[in-house]
Amino acid sequence: MNDLTPDRDDRTANLKGIGSARRRVEDARFTQGKGNYVDDIKLPGMLFGDFVRSPYAHARVVSVDTSAAMALDGVVAVLTAKDLEPLGLHWMPTLAGDKQMVLADGKVLFQGQEVAYVVARDRYVAADAVELVEVEYEELPVITDPFEALNSDTVLREDLQPGADGAHGPRRHANHIFLWEEGDKTATEEVIGSADVVVEEMIYYHRTHPCPLETCGCVASMDKVNGKLTVYGTFQAPHVVRTVASLLSGIDEHNIRVVSPDIGGGFGNKVGVYPGYVCSIVASIVTGLPVKWVEDRMENLMATAFARDYWMKGRISATKEGKITALEAHVTADHGAFDACADPTKFPAGFFHICTGSYDIPVAYVGVDGVYTNKAPGGVAYRCSFRVTEAAYFIERMIEILAIELGMDAAELRRINFIRADQFPYHSALGWEYDSGDYQTAWDKALKAVDYDGLRTEQAARVEAFRRGETRRLIGIGLTHFTEIVGAGPVKNCDILGMGMFDSCEIRIHPTGSAIARLGTISQGQGHATTFAQILASEIGIPADKITVEEGDTDTAPYGLGTYGSRSTPVAGAATALAGRKIRAKAQMIAAYLLEVHDDDVEFDIDRFVVKGAPERFKTMADIAYAAYNQAIPGVEPGLEAVSYYDPPNMTYPFGAYICVMEIDVDTGEAEIRQFYALDDCGTRINPMVIEGQVHGGLTEALAIAMGQEIAYDDMGNVKTGTLMDFFIPTTWETPHYTTDHTETPSPHHPIGAKGVGESPNVGGVPAFSNAVHDALRPFGLRQSHMPHDHWRIWKAAHDLGLHG
Amino acid sequence: MSKKMQITLNVNGTRHELLAEPRTLLIHVLRENLGITGPHIGCETSHCGACTILMNERSIKSCTVFAAQADGAEITTIEGLGTPDSLHPLQEAFREHHGLQCGFCTPGMITRAAQLLKENPDPTEEEVRFGMAGNLCRCTGYQNIVKAVLAAASEINTAKEAAQ
Ligand code: FES
Ligand code: FES
Repeated sequence: MNDLTPDRDDRTANLKGIGSARRRVEDARFTQGKGNYVDDIKLPGMLFGDFVRSPYAHARVVSVDTSAAMALDGVVAVLTAKDLEPLGLHWMPTLAGDKQMVLADGKVLFQGQEVAYVVARDRYVAADAVELVEVEYEELPVITDPFEALNSDTVLREDLQPGADGAHGPRRHANHIFLWEEGDKTATEEVIGSADVVVEEMIYYHRTHPCPLETCGCVASMDKVNGKLTVYGTFQAPHVVRTVASLLSGIDEHNIRVVSPDIGGGFGNKVGVYPGYVCSIVASIVTGLPVKWVEDRMENLMATAFARDYWMKGRISATKEGKITALEAHVTADHGAFDACADPTKFPAGFFHICTGSYDIPVAYVGVDGVYTNKAPGGVAYRCSFRVTEAAYFIERMIEILAIELGMDAAELRRINFIRADQFPYHSALGWEYDSGDYQTAWDKALKAVDYDGLRTEQAARVEAFRRGETRRLIGIGLTHFTEIVGAGPVKNCDILGMGMFDSCEIRIHPTGSAIARLGTISQGQGHATTFAQILASEIGIPADKITVEEGDTDTAPYGLGTYGSRSTPVAGAATALAGRKIRAKAQMIAAYLLEVHDDDVEFDIDRFVVKGAPERFKTMADIAYAAYNQAIPGVEPGLEAVSYYDPPNMTYPFGAYICVMEIDVDTGEAEIRQFYALDDCGTRINPMVIEGQVHGGLTEALAIAMGQEIAYDDMGNVKTGTLMDFFIPTTWETPHYTTDHTETPSPHHPIGAKGVGESPNVGGVPAFSNAVHDALRPFGLRQSHMPHDHWRIWKAAHDLGLHG
Repeated sequence: MSKKMQITLNVNGTRHELLAEPRTLLIHVLRENLGITGPHIGCETSHCGACTILMNERSIKSCTVFAAQADGAEITTIEGLGTPDSLHPLQEAFREHHGLQCGFCTPGMITRAAQLLKENPDPTEEEVRFGMAGNLCRCTGYQNIVKAVLAAASEINTAKEAAQ
């Protein structure tokens, strides 16, 4: 091994470590149809589960007659709440401290709610049996509007004691869940009351759904001989599922194995615990056979976790010169029938109080009221950190509206209010400590890249041409500068159901110099097997191609809180780096022994330890690994392994500057995206190819949300957008070409300076698209028009402004 | 439930004889009876394209075809496009250009693209975007998928020219 010393650049390249656009190791199986998703799992004797669901949004369940279904050949069992009640499983706790019916217990509270669970020989028989279950309902008044809910005599949750506190404090009405407040209310009101300029606006961020291409599902398998329960499922947090399953079922945690196989996208949809999982586990325990449940698309859109549905009433004040002096937000949050948000326990509105955004706002107040309605439960972070996309949309709309009021250019208004680079670490009025940033540099780069001044000139000329009747197309320039907050989170204030939100990595180096690393997170397409190996390669000097990364099996992976809220890189990525450093520390001792020098006389150099000042004397990591297992080294245990549990000291704060140039047709309401420029700063960049892919994907989800995607209900609580026919997902045809760019401001507290990126494009993308629509109609007086901006809504906005003659 | 029918399917070069109810969907026969799990189910309503396969040299969504309608057909799925030692150029290109993330849409995407390139060996970007619009992807934003399809087209064309 000591014969060759290839030059340092070659050795670095050979590692494919941090910064390398390494091709993904996952792709070989996916491109050849050899992925292993939940629905691909087939176990001997496996049965299929399917739900009888409520057609009503609010009704009493008078009776459930399962006899005809049970009589059907091939049906093994039909479960109702009555069957689950003796086990205490007819209700289950939610991640938000509320409880949720597993199967309808006396009444139903949203359309699509689970009423009975049929278990049968195959999926066709199960579907037949679902049709044969007779349920008698008695309809009750339906409430789909959260404001109405707070003024109505209709009590949705009869299971809750009137007047008793909820999980987050006092409830002021039977349909009220919590009031959560942050900031200084009195001071904010005072400043706003005496300000030069104040704007007030209601900003609605509509209800939508993460809709991963693979729906949710599981296979539960109770091995009665060994007393061991195995659950394969679409879980973004497999260890949390294991702990919850143990608490609910009474089965010891060591006798439960939860496995997340390949997952076909998650985006927050697969964080929660759903009745399908509970019923499948019960059915497997009862029958002794494996039971598979996979929801169909309509069930996915109707019943598993939705996102957003925030009514955000804001006030923002400024001096005449445009310096922002205060921000206030009163949010009415529609949580649906059960509070099943997946937020850290102490934050029932997630991190919505990041809503001061990228701006230095001296004083602010946020109050969020959670409300029950007859809609599906959820409120998950759909490709964003907890409620951060709502916050970013809110502030980026308020800024635009303030610019209109001030008669100021919106880019300039942002510029004069940015938190300056020399203010970091920055303490926000709502209690956050922003770790690092250089907003001005990013902003200038973005404006220059799109020729912002040129665009404004073109836009003004187009408005003139429109007024002269020469065109019916207007140009909108959608600006956004967002600040994310990700990487939940410090255990001192972030937990889910009491479990601290650390994460973990365990590494074993094999004697011949390759390695396996296991993590507490789980990829749903982010490419962890590729990128975490890169972090390790740089830390321990073993090529990424020789490092296997495994996640998702609770029997082998160390405990971790899973993957959502862009927490994998900030938390598990840090654990990986630190576990790598433990390996390196031991390797240093071994190298020193082998080189017959003192520990302090060797230093790490890319893929080896060298004697200081004599680089020709070295031991590669492969040499060291071999010695670790095969040579008796005085005072050093054999083997080369490490484990690290990382409790982050702070969140990370990625940011970015996005600009969308859009043309809208005033007569058809069609919108064409002419240009989209996205500059992201996610700190240290681990794999630029993967980052770019994440940005493209997140922007496309943002496009969907801003321009048409919606879970809409009629007054009866019927879901109007329950199939992919009505629920907008952009195709290749609607999706524009994106230009990506970056600056790089490392996080000072993260071991490798990385901040996470997967969700930034959704957080920044939605306001960029929406601001473009607004900006096109701004010259004609538009201030606020609610999303999604589908053709009809754009047409209507133009119509209301009198642009149709 | 009605009586089962006997059907013959030629899948990826192998002949299968099996019994299926008239209502059974082709995707379920492929996945559950034959263990061919490359094609996926994303909607069962013809919208997502995750279940795309080739049937008698046409791209079809196998969630919207009864197995009985495929009796006697020649079927190719992602599993039949290449082998680990000799990948289809599209399989290479999707990896090279990062045309996939979670991989759930990928078998359908690649299978559809393979047929597109047969029908139109030298497409423009616009033709690729139009020709692939029946396949949804939630992860990638399509930009790298389009890039991969264009790259594979030129790879195939270059190889063809070299062979002539
Ligand atoms: S499953 Fe066939 S098109 Fe979606
Ligand atoms: S890669 Fe996930 S749906 Fe396309």
